[in-house]
Amino acid sequence: MTKSELVERLSEKLEFLTKKDCELIVETVFESMKEALKRGEKIEIRGFGSFTIRVRKAKTGRNPKTGEKVFIPEKKVPFFKVGKELREMINE
Amino acid sequence: MTKADLVEVIYEKVGLSKKEAKEIVEMIFSIMKETLKEGEKIKISGFGNFVVREKKPRRGRNPQTGEDLEISARRVLTFKASQLLKEYINSAETEEVSQ
Repeated sequence: MTKSELVERLSEKLEFLTKKDCELIVETVFESMKEALKRGEKIEIRGFGSFTIRVRKAKTGRNPKTGEKVFIPEKKVPFFKVGKELREMINE
Repeated sequence: MTKADLVEVIYEKVGLSKKEAKEIVEMIFSIMKETLKEGEKIKISGFGNFVVREKKPRRGRNPQTGEDLEISARRVLTFKASQLLKEYINSAETEEVSQ
């Protein structure tokens, strides 16, 4: 399922809203989640799961082609942990 | 951030009642859950992909008792953040919450 299919399914269930409204809503949901993660905030969606930011420390790596040392700066990585309800649901 | 915060944003941005906004946010996640339950993956461009993976049974050990046991076959959900999301959270650009 893609984002546009999600919009499609949502608008089928919500007859009082136009597809354009549904598009705006879905975009807003993911946009707000992105902004929260950027602020370093944890997102907890009860029944679905939680998103957190993990920090990968800076390290010295190597260019596998040339063997040259390269400095890899610290970076943030989004991490998702599935919620109990959803984990059980996909195993039913 | 919780579902309640998402409800608030939707309420402010789209001309809906709080009750409607709440129902819609719940609906979005329940559609996603139903989809994953069917084993179908979800691709949200600019955000990331949710994929259900099949795990084979394997031998494991209870770390507390040291006892051998079999870990049964199961399905797990993985999330892979999109390149755009990774770049966004690491960028210096100041976020502007468009209201």
